[in-house]
Amino acid sequence: MYKYSLYPLLLIIGLFTPLQSFSGVDFQTTLNQLSEKSFSKKIKTVEAIISSKNPRTKFVLESLSKGRVYYIKNTKKVVLGLKSDEKYITKDLVNDETLGIFTKREIKKVGINNKIRQKIKIGLATINLMDANKLIRLQAVKAIYKDLNQEVVATIKPLMEGESDVDVKEAMLVAINIFNLNSKNSEERINAIQNLKGSLEPIVKVRLKRLKRNDNNEQVRLVAESALKNIESRISRFKIIETLFFGISFGSVLILAAIGLAITFGVMGVINMAHGELIMLGAYTTYVVQLLMPNYIGLSILVAIPAAFIVSGLVGILIERGIIRHLHGRPLETLLATFGVSLVLQQVVRTIFSPLNRSVETPEWMSGALEINGILSLTWNRLYIIVFCLIVFAALVMVLKKTSLGLQVRAVSQDRNMARAMGVRSNWVDAMTFGLGSGVAGIAGVALSQLTNVGPNLGQAYIIDSFMVVVFGGVGNLWGTLIGGFGLGIINKFMEPWVGAVLAKVLILIFIILFIQKRPSGLFPRKGRSAETN
Amino acid sequence: MKLHKSISSIALAASLAASMNTSAIAAETIKVGILHSLSGTMAISETTLKDTMLMLIEDQNKKGGVLGKQLEAVVVDPASNWPLFAEKARGLIENDGVDAIFGSWTSVSRKSVLPVIEELNSVFFYPVQYEGEESSKNVFYTGAAPNQQAIPAVDYLMNDLGIERWVLAGTDYVYPRTTNKILKAYLKSKGVADSDIMVNYTPFGHSDWQTIVSDVKSFGSAGMKTAVVSTINGDANVPFYKELGNQGVSSSDIPVIAFSVGEEELSGLDTKPLVGHLAAWNYFMSVDEDVNHEFIAKWKSFIKDDNRVTNDPMEAHYIGFNMWIKAVEKAGTTEANAVQDAIIGVTTPNLSGGVSAMMPNHHITKPVLIGEIQSDGQFETVWSTSGLVAGDAWSDFLPGSKDLVADWRAPLSCGNYNVKTAKCSGQNF
Repeated sequence: MYKYSLYPLLLIIGLFTPLQSFSGVDFQTTLNQLSEKSFSKKIKTVEAIISSKNPRTKFVLESLSKGRVYYIKNTKKVVLGLKSDEKYITKDLVNDETLGIFTKREIKKVGINNKIRQKIKIGLATINLMDANKLIRLQAVKAIYKDLNQEVVATIKPLMEGESDVDVKEAMLVAINIFNLNSKNSEERINAIQNLKGSLEPIVKVRLKRLKRNDNNEQVRLVAESALKNIESRISRFKIIETLFFGISFGSVLILAAIGLAITFGVMGVINMAHGELIMLGAYTTYVVQLLMPNYIGLSILVAIPAAFIVSGLVGILIERGIIRHLHGRPLETLLATFGVSLVLQQVVRTIFSPLNRSVETPEWMSGALEINGILSLTWNRLYIIVFCLIVFAALVMVLKKTSLGLQVRAVSQDRNMARAMGVRSNWVDAMTFGLGSGVAGIAGVALSQLTNVGPNLGQAYIIDSFMVVVFGGVGNLWGTLIGGFGLGIINKFMEPWVGAVLAKVLILIFIILFIQKRPSGLFPRKGRSAETN
Repeated sequence: MKLHKSISSIALAASLAASMNTSAIAAETIKVGILHSLSGTMAISETTLKDTMLMLIEDQNKKGGVLGKQLEAVVVDPASNWPLFAEKARGLIENDGVDAIFGSWTSVSRKSVLPVIEELNSVFFYPVQYEGEESSKNVFYTGAAPNQQAIPAVDYLMNDLGIERWVLAGTDYVYPRTTNKILKAYLKSKGVADSDIMVNYTPFGHSDWQTIVSDVKSFGSAGMKTAVVSTINGDANVPFYKELGNQGVSSSDIPVIAFSVGEEELSGLDTKPLVGHLAAWNYFMSVDEDVNHEFIAKWKSFIKDDNRVTNDPMEAHYIGFNMWIKAVEKAGTTEANAVQDAIIGVTTPNLSGGVSAMMPNHHITKPVLIGEIQSDGQFETVWSTSGLVAGDAWSDFLPGSKDLVADWRAPLSCGNYNVKTAKCSGQNF
């Protein structure tokens, strides 16, 4: 391993040093100081890099924050390193030339900490203020709200004059006003407060609070107080909307997990304790699909949906044909047998994929949040899951209402013997229904892989909640599951801030126990003859 | 009587072995019990430790074993079932005749094993960071006590990052509850007001963090630098960090310092939202020391997977196992009482370039490292204690345990000696 180490090194020293232009050499000297171990020295170096205004500054800062900057242990030269297999291909940071391949022990990554990360963020934001893309400009302005100083404001002011985009201009104006909150002139401070009266940026609230407490001018204190009141009342309104969103999104996760069970348990009357594991299989399918197409993470999620439906559906049909069919009408035995199946499936997954959690990547379009204002932002993954949940629900209702399979399923669930007399192959219908319910569980697994761990225990976490939703909503009624899921989700989220997550869960369970006492068949009980047979 | 019982059980095991016609092998090996869950919830963490032990034992055998005998690993699976830990431990000692047991992860499984180990007077090594408030004659705690992880982490946040507001978030069970109690007392002793501490507990495997993250966000927007001290247990961490990332809470705004997120946990998740958040441990895989590079290389070739990582509890087993070997060599026997006496004061190199020692309170000395999570799932050490920290069995910040000390050396021989009343409450506390 060591045998090769000197050769590329000689190559660097021999070839590239004379080629660098003077300013390049200067910049490289600054960069080389990043090889210092002490973080306080590194911060100074990063500051120097930012203030050098070198054309490569942006590239260096970006590489640094992505953890791609290394230094060669022997020469202390700081370079760009790209990992391939166990080796690192290095490039010159100043002129992009390839320098050679190093092993892990010959180079060391330039580690950064949060202070440096913050400096880089501000440095990049200052550069990005002049970016051509208005969204990047907007982000850049918002990023420097917290770190405003004379110099930054001096850069922003002329930029604001020439700014074409309304949003960016607005944000720049907010930045200048935030800066003016610290002005020595009390008139200017009051002016700034008036301008920021409706702003929901968290930093504005912080600054106003400080003014209200500490300002030496009484007028300023009073204005700050009234502005704060205005802001706080707006915030509390948005908080309610936020909690509602949390509730709906939590509810949609519950519905997704429960809706497959609503079919197998609700329509067929089978207590399937392996339902959670069918969800888990769907999540693992997502993982496998992502392994197969590592370069198309976004697409892989979409591919995983039908794949998970098929995998879980087939396993479901196998369980039905192999076990449940033989235990027809014996709920206790079915419960025990499917519980056994769930343990088997967990251990199978442990054997194949190892007991460790698997990492499923979140595609770019599902990360982050839709920012409505400084207070209210709706996370994209939750938004997608709400929409996805509604689509799956609508599709299932369509299948049960409009297709011949749906007709036969309903016929069998209402009166098995009569349906058979009419020529419905009830065995086949049972298998298909169970397959459908299991497949939907698999789809839920795809959604859950974006929210939580993909591991052998994934299913266990959702099985109780699923039964809870189905029983609460009313067995055998998809609409009951929908309303039940959203209802429980919203109640839970409104309770959580007051009583905490642990107690909220307990209270929900108590509530359901009391509810079932009053209405044993749930929110939407079955009516008519089928109600009696169950 | 205890001694008598253990001798008779060894005799029983030997006669059993003889009747199975394997006496030739049984007589020449020293048996080591491995009590880690290989199935159930905890298999995720514990399977690795079983493999670590197998590797260490194989390695020791290549060096010629100990006392001229080869070591033999006896692996059992307590299946993440706490009462089963006690049963399996009894089986290991009584039926298999093991001389030492390495095992457990959760505190509750350790508490379940404790009475059995004490009754049968064996030697037990526990490799995971825990809440303290315990010291047994038979147990050796090679993981961190709160003063070797939680307290230094809070010191770092307070002094280096200037944190003034604290969110103590944890899973609802004994380790986070005790640790947070200690931390709260510690913070208050440093002059932090009650209103600047927010304590939050969540159920095991909690996956819907929207409300809590939103609360943390508004708690942190009061104009004072805020940090989250997380004792959230393994599985619930992924959705927690994902939610933090999605709601736009970055590590430079509100850093999260975790006590149970290590390399192994990170290898199972998408690290994008975690970059820059912190963890406090006594070992990181990224430690740049030759002894660590060797250990990693050995581990990778043993497990036949180049992507496997090493973590803190693995190092704890490495230290504990080497200490046990040294103690057995020093005592010249594997007999429990002799080993328990011999091991106090034994020193062995740890993987971060220092030398750890077994203290009289059955805890060890370790360095404390604070690392920031990097995008490759490794930690960048941003701070470390200048020397080694000795584990403190009884916290100085809890009213009940302030006056207790543990010292298992001859005159005192007590795990919970009260310095005020000068009384020892014995093994049964």
